[in-house]
This record gives sequence, structure tokens and C-alpha cells, in this order.
Amino acid sequence: MGLAVKEAKTEYLRALPGDDVRQILWRFADRFDLQMLVQSARAVARGPVARLVAQGARHTHDWTPEKRTLLQAFDESGITSVFLEPSQGGFIEGPKNLALALVAFELAWVDAGAATGSLAGFLALSPIHERGTPEQRDYYMSRCAPAQPGESREPWRGAFCLTEPLPYVGVETGLLGGKVRVAEWKPGEEPVLEVNKRGRFITNAAFANFVTAAVESDDPRIKGTCMVILEEDDPGTFDHGTPTRKLVHQLSSTGDPIFNLKVPASRMVGGYSIKDGVIVPRYSHGEIIEAVFRRTRVTVGIMTSAKLLSAIEPVIRYQRTRFRGGSIASPGSPRYELGLQLKEDAVERLVEVWATGEASASLGFAAARVFDQLDPLERRRDEVLAERKLSGTAAIKARRQLQKDALEYLSGKRPDLADEVTIQYAILDSVANVLCPACKLWNTGHGAQMMREAVSLMGGYGITEDCPGFLGHKWMDAQLEATYEGPEAVQRRQLSITMADDVFLAQFREWIREMRRVANDKPGTGACALATAMQMWLWTLHHLLHSTDANGQKLYQGARQGVTFPLADALCWLLASRCQILDAIELERKGPENPALAEGLPGLTAFLTDLCHVQAARAAGEVGRICASLVFGYNRHPAWDTEGCAACYQADDLEAMEALIPGIAALARGYVDVIESDGSHVAKAGPCVRSAGLDQFSRLRSRMDGCLTGSQLAKDRAAEALTKVMIPEALDYPA
Amino acid sequence: MPTPLHIVVCGGIVPDPLQTLEPAAPNAAFPAQPSLKNEMMLPAVLDPWAAHALFEAAHLSAQVPGSKVWLVSLGPKAKLQQVMMTIAQKAPFELVAIDGPASGFTDAFAAAAALAATIEQIPGLDRGRLLLFGGWESASRGAGSTLQMVGERLGITEQFQGVDRIAARAEGAGFEIMERIEGGRHQVSLLSSPPAVLGWATGYLPEPRNNPQVGMANMRTIMPALQRAKAAAMNGAGPSFASVRLPAVERQTRIVKDMPPEEIAREIVAWMGEE
Repeated sequence: MGLAVKEAKTEYLRALPGDDVRQILWRFADRFDLQMLVQSARAVARGPVARLVAQGARHTHDWTPEKRTLLQAFDESGITSVFLEPSQGGFIEGPKNLALALVAFELAWVDAGAATGSLAGFLALSPIHERGTPEQRDYYMSRCAPAQPGESREPWRGAFCLTEPLPYVGVETGLLGGKVRVAEWKPGEEPVLEVNKRGRFITNAAFANFVTAAVESDDPRIKGTCMVILEEDDPGTFDHGTPTRKLVHQLSSTGDPIFNLKVPASRMVGGYSIKDGVIVPRYSHGEIIEAVFRRTRVTVGIMTSAKLLSAIEPVIRYQRTRFRGGSIASPGSPRYELGLQLKEDAVERLVEVWATGEASASLGFAAARVFDQLDPLERRRDEVLAERKLSGTAAIKARRQLQKDALEYLSGKRPDLADEVTIQYAILDSVANVLCPACKLWNTGHGAQMMREAVSLMGGYGITEDCPGFLGHKWMDAQLEATYEGPEAVQRRQLSITMADDVFLAQFREWIREMRRVANDKPGTGACALATAMQMWLWTLHHLLHSTDANGQKLYQGARQGVTFPLADALCWLLASRCQILDAIELERKGPENPALAEGLPGLTAFLTDLCHVQAARAAGEVGRICASLVFGYNRHPAWDTEGCAACYQADDLEAMEALIPGIAALARGYVDVIESDGSHVAKAGPCVRSAGLDQFSRLRSRMDGCLTGSQLAKDRAAEALTKVMIPEALDYPA
Repeated sequence: MPTPLHIVVCGGIVPDPLQTLEPAAPNAAFPAQPSLKNEMMLPAVLDPWAAHALFEAAHLSAQVPGSKVWLVSLGPKAKLQQVMMTIAQKAPFELVAIDGPASGFTDAFAAAAALAATIEQIPGLDRGRLLLFGGWESASRGAGSTLQMVGERLGITEQFQGVDRIAARAEGAGFEIMERIEGGRHQVSLLSSPPAVLGWATGYLPEPRNNPQVGMANMRTIMPALQRAKAAAMNGAGPSFASVRLPAVERQTRIVKDMPPEEIAREIVAWMGEE
């Protein structure tokens, strides 16, 4: 058999990825309800929302009649009813995390303030949806549904009012700025509560008809904290408050409302019971917001992903047309056709922006899908646990056993647990507990930095109002996304706990093996570098969990945020890159089934694979840097003292050995520190560090550096593809 | 009470007009005729003239109780499906899909034959109550002849082109139809009863907003229709293209300061005379 040398034709990215590509990447190719939702949300985003931004509606933080028109647009396009069940006026069956994520993505593609405005209504309903009584759910959900043909009513709008005490805008959810007392409690009747609450930075404050507010008891007859629903017509004060003078997200209404209202106790979210003359809310506010935020934070992360991906087309257009119209470039010349894209730096930086956008979107949508899987499991698990009626120590024991069983199932020892709801929930929950904060933290935090990069690629134009794609606005908006619904410190704190969970780590180990398999099948994805970086991260975590610093202090502990937080950051890089690689593989597998993609699929998959490689290399680099600084950084550097010099050779000893082993004196000086006869030594901070017990880390680090081989070539290819890709003639929204 | 109508709208898909549309010679993906560069990768929309026809059909159908609207569309199935995600939310209709090329280089005669054959086979369609709608123009090369030929093949002799309005007359006394004629004016005709062909201009109706509830209802029939769409044999017939290229755009700009308006007007008139 002879081997023929065949020159493969290089396929380049032909056009920007369209809907059919995104549907496969983000796994909704078989969901026409979601595909329609995307089109609806896009029409609103690139129509009314874009027009408002272009007309300067963001110049005021007041809630203006023009901005109010967005509410109607949301109602008419189905965005308002996404959150609702079909029986409540919605049109999407089942879990809605992916649906909400797609809406947020589409709106934030143009303006994240509009996305926030739409999501805030869902946020108000979320406590009721997650923990409300069936009556509360039916009542408020149906009132928030837009009017059907023939109906003449305005849908209710809600606001979610948590708020830490003024003037702090901290992160401690245990502290609340609202109080609840018993106003009246007649024998045999329902108690009437008096709620005092001052909200701060509350979205939808200007027009909310109802509010779900977190309050704590100021009365011995009410236990703990709760969330309570306040309506505009309740007796007392429902003051929408003054608008917040915010610099970002101006298309959403934000204000500082004040409430002093009397409401029936049945407005407590989830209801209440009475024990020994004390009203006991069924759920504390903490239990409710935990259930709410763990889902809604994903959509916030996705908003920043949308910004990054939305920047690609305007930047390419700007780069290509930079010199057109002037005398320095004549039509047909490279400078005329490619403009700034003739310069490697311009396109390679854009590759990094694009790679980050893809990775963050992959992470965000993966997290949303996990919650879609988790929601029904959670309800079934709750039913199972309710049937078992466990409480106190029995419940704690059961939880421990569950953890043990989950680990045994994951290790393959107990395949019989495959249908056990509580086990499957525990496994998926451990992933959700990591993906959600990781998405919120990394997408917004690193996303904001890369958005700055995107703005910089537009030159001075980037920080003007005329910049196509509103990139300047998006850059600033990204900073808010990093902050609201729990600033970065909150996400890092959560990750520092959840990422050390054994059930999660057991899956993480399997993910490392998975990446090695991917690397074997698709070497160009950078999966091998990623797998090594994952291995290094895992090694570092174990090391930190069981090690102390130079002062004997435990390294991995809650208060040691200098240790736990960077390690949480490092994990985010890994997770995003892994999701991106898995998405690219999904496209390669499913893409050929779509004939519309056939023409450009080779170029498209090659490009996305290169982006994966670029991102994996970047992730590996970050992880290496962080892990090395944590592993070595808490050891004291040896000094030129007795202890430090104990590991050094003495020059006199070497001289003596020279007689026995000729050449050793010269050789040793090349490898170890030597103290000369007069006590002098090479001028440096101290003898070089001996990494006793850290050899494995050093080997991993060295291996990982080698794994970066080819990553810059991938970046070069991706950059070249950017010079060839066909883009539309103009942006599809005004700017 | 007017007789319920059966309105069939012929509507193809075209590349989103914002895209870069560059003709390309026959290639592996389109061996028989020219195409657009990266044609299959370009996002598509319902042909704007056909879209007007669809919206008018839905409007008329709502005014005449019991009426029904079909959208017959010839295009690549996968592209049709993407377009339906938007169009299905605009108006209630039943899709009849034909899997075939939607290129602007497709021969109008062959397209008309495929459309007519498909319409003839629509189950339950009453040809006596048929109003055949479509665009009098198209955003893809605009031969402006497909709809007329479909009508001819279906034996419909009453044809109206450049229609901007149709109104059902009181007590079932037919329809009043307004067609564009020269000079920016309209010709009003009376149609006593279907069948008829109406090639729409832009009409007066705004594009309906997306309504996901309508979309969900439409999808019950759209997805099965896409699955059972038959492939249309379109190759072999029609014109052959020697070459294809974009019309040249020539820009001649002179910068002249302080020119009096009269002088500018004189120059424009002279230039128009040259043209």
C-alpha cells in the first residue's frame, strides 16, 4: 500500500456564526420554543431597545415615558411571560433557566440595562416561584402575565427588595434593613403584620406594583427572618423612592423605595405556622434567596458574554474600514481592504476577546442547562425527603450517608444508585453549586477586562457615543454585572466552599480524564493543556488543604481569602475552557446533520477549535501562575543564615572532594549554592529554594509549559481567519 | 356573511439584506447555477414582498371568519426552519414546505411549476375559494413573473399585480382591490369572487409584532410540514449564466464651495439629461 501525499486545503471561517450554529453549541437545536424566543427577544433588542440607546435614553437615570415603552415591548414579544407556566399565561413548559439565559443574552447583546429590567420582574417572582405557596404562585404569576386578546388590564410588575442596611452596600446577607412586627392579632384571626423596609438600589422600583421584600423580626411573636409580599394598595406608605444616580444600565429603573405597610401574615412567602404563640415563617429569607440567586446569577454572567461576542462584528468592520475614504489607501490595496487587520496585534487581540466571549457563553449556558436538569430533580428529591420525615440528627446522618453513596456511585462501586433521585440530585447539585458562582464571577470579572480590550480596539472611537455596538456603554455596564446580585467576593466565598466538596471533586477528576480523551481525539483543542492545568489545580487544592504556611497557620480555611479566593479564580478559568471545548465538539458532531452548515462547517469548526486552544492555553497560564504563587508563596525564602546555608556546599569541602572527584567543584557551582571560604556567596536573596515535597508540582508545571506547544500557532490561524471572514454590510441595529 | 376564504401565500426566503451579497460562480454546493458567496451560511428572511402578502392574508383572514391561510415556501428545509422561528410568530398560518433552492438564480418557470404542483395537492383546499397571494417582486433578483405563472398553471385568470389593499365588500359582494399604476396612483378594481391572484406591493399594514403564543400554535403544523417537505427537482431547466457580478457602484464626488443653488440645480438637470 502506498501513501500519497495530499495537500489539504486550508478552510477558513466563512461567515460569523449564525443561529443554527449557536443552537447546536448551546444545545437548543431541538427546542423550537426557545428558538422562537430568541427571535422575539432579538427583535426587541435590536429594535426598540437599540433605538432608545441611539436616541440617548441612557443619558438620564430617571424612568422616562420612553423607557417605559420597553415594558410594553417585553409584554408583546413574550419576554414578560417567559417565566410563567402555560397555565399562568406563559408559553414554555418546564424549567426556564436556559430560556431566561437566552433572553438575557439577546437583550444584553444591545443593552444590558434592558436585560436587567426584564429579569428584575422575574427576580421579584422568583421567591414566590421557588418557595411560595401554591395560592401565592397562582395569584401573582397570573397577574404578571400580559393581557390576552380581549382582556383590558395592565400586567403587574414586581421588584425584589433585599438590601443591606444603609449606608453599607456590603455582602452580608445576614443583615437586613427591614423589620416586621405584629400590628394586630385578634384571637382566631389571621395576624396583621407591619412591615418597615427601606430599599436601596432596587431594580424596577419606579413602577413596581408589588415587592418581595426581605425583613427580619422586630417582635418576639415572629421568629427570625422571612420574605414578605407587599402590594401597592396595601394600607400605609408604598413610596417608589428616588432614582439611583447610576452611571450604567440606565434603561432599567433603579431606586431607593420606602415601605411602611400593613399586610396579612399570609403574605409571608411560603406561608407560616404558629408555635407557642409565635409566628414561624416556613422559610427564612436566607433559604429563599439561596434558592433564587443560585439561578438568577447565571443570567447576569451571560449578559457580559453577550457584550463580548457582540463586539466582534463592529470591531472587524472598524479595523477593515479604518483607512477607507482617505488618500492613503486606494481601493484594492491591502491597506484599503484590510485596514488595521494588516497588523498582527489588532487581530490577535480580537481573537482573545472572541475566545473569552465563547468560553464565557459556554460556561453560562452550561450552568443554565444544569439548573434546567436540577429543577425537576429538586422537586422529586423534596418529595422523597418529605416522605422520609427526617429531622434533627437523623437528617444530618442521612445527609452524610447521601454524600458517601454519591461518591460510591461516582466511583462505579454502586451502579444500583443510578435511579436514586437523592443521589442524582446531590451529584448535579454539587456541580451547580460551582458552575453558578464560577459563571457569575469569571464571566463578569474577566469579561469586564476583556470588554475594555474590545473598546481599546476601536481606538478613540470606542469611548464615544458614536461607537457602533455601544461598546463604551457595554464596558461600563460589565462592571455593574460584576457587582450586582452578589459582588465578586460573594462568589469567591461560595466557590471556596463548594469547590472543595468531595462529590464535586470526584466529578472533576473524571473531567480531567475526559479532557485527556478529547485531547487524544482532537489534539488541536488545547484539551491536553487544560487537563494538565486541571491536574495542577487539583494537586494545589489538596496541598493547600493539608498544608500550613511558614508560620504554621493552616492554609485552606475560610478566613484565609488570600488562599481560597485565587484558587477559586483559577478554577473558573478551567471550567470556562472545558465548557468551550465541549461545545466545539458538540458542533463538530451535530453540525453535519444540518445541511445549511455543511458548506462552511470545516472552516467554522477549525476556527472554533483554534479559539478553544487559545483559551485553554490562557487558562493554563493563569492557573499555573496562581497555583505556583500559592504553593510556593506561603513558604519563607531561605536566607543566608545557619538554617538556610545548611543545604549549601562549603567551598572547603568541595576543594577536599576535588581530589577524589576531579571537576566536582566547578560542576557543583553550576547547580547548588556554595559558601566560599571567606563566608561570601553569590549576590541574591538567599540560597535557592529546595522544593521538598513539591517535586510533583514542579513536574506538573514543567509538563504544562510543554503542553502550551502550538497554542500560539492556533492564535495565528484564528487571527488569519479574522482577516478573511465575511461580515454583514452593516450592523443590524442602530448605533 | 362572506364565504370563508382559502388564502395561499407563495413566499420564498432571501438572504438578510444587511448581509454582504456577492455572486459566485457554480461550485460544489451549487453546481448547476451561480449562487451567492457563502449562501447557505447567510441568515435568511422571508422575502419582504411575500411577507407583506402574508400579513395581508392574515389580516383578511381575520376579517372573514372561517378563512384559512397557507404559506407555501420553496427553499432549503434547514433555512426555512430558521425563518419560521420568526415568521411563525407574526400570523396564524399552515406551512407547506418544498425543499429546494431559494437562490436568486433559480429559474422562475421551474419554481412556478413546483409551487403550482404543490398547491394543487394541498388537502382540503377549495380552489373555488382560493386567493393566491405573493409578492409582485422579490428581493432575490426580482423576475416578477413567478406568481403570474403559478396562477396560470392553476387556471386562475383574474390577476392583480402591485396590490396595496384588498377589502371585503359588505354582504359578501366581492372585494375591492387597489393596484399600483404609473404616476404614483392606484387603480381600483372589483373582484366579484375568488379565485384570483394578488401580487402584493408593500400594502399598508405594519409588520406584526412577534407573538409567541401564535408561534407555538403554528409550530404544531410547521415542524411536521418541514419534516415531510418533498424535494423539488429544479435542476436542468432554465437559463444558463455566462457570468455573474455585482453592478458597479461608481462614486463621482466633487467638492465645490459656495456654489449658488441655481447653479447646483442647473448642473443636476444637465446631468439627468446625460443619463
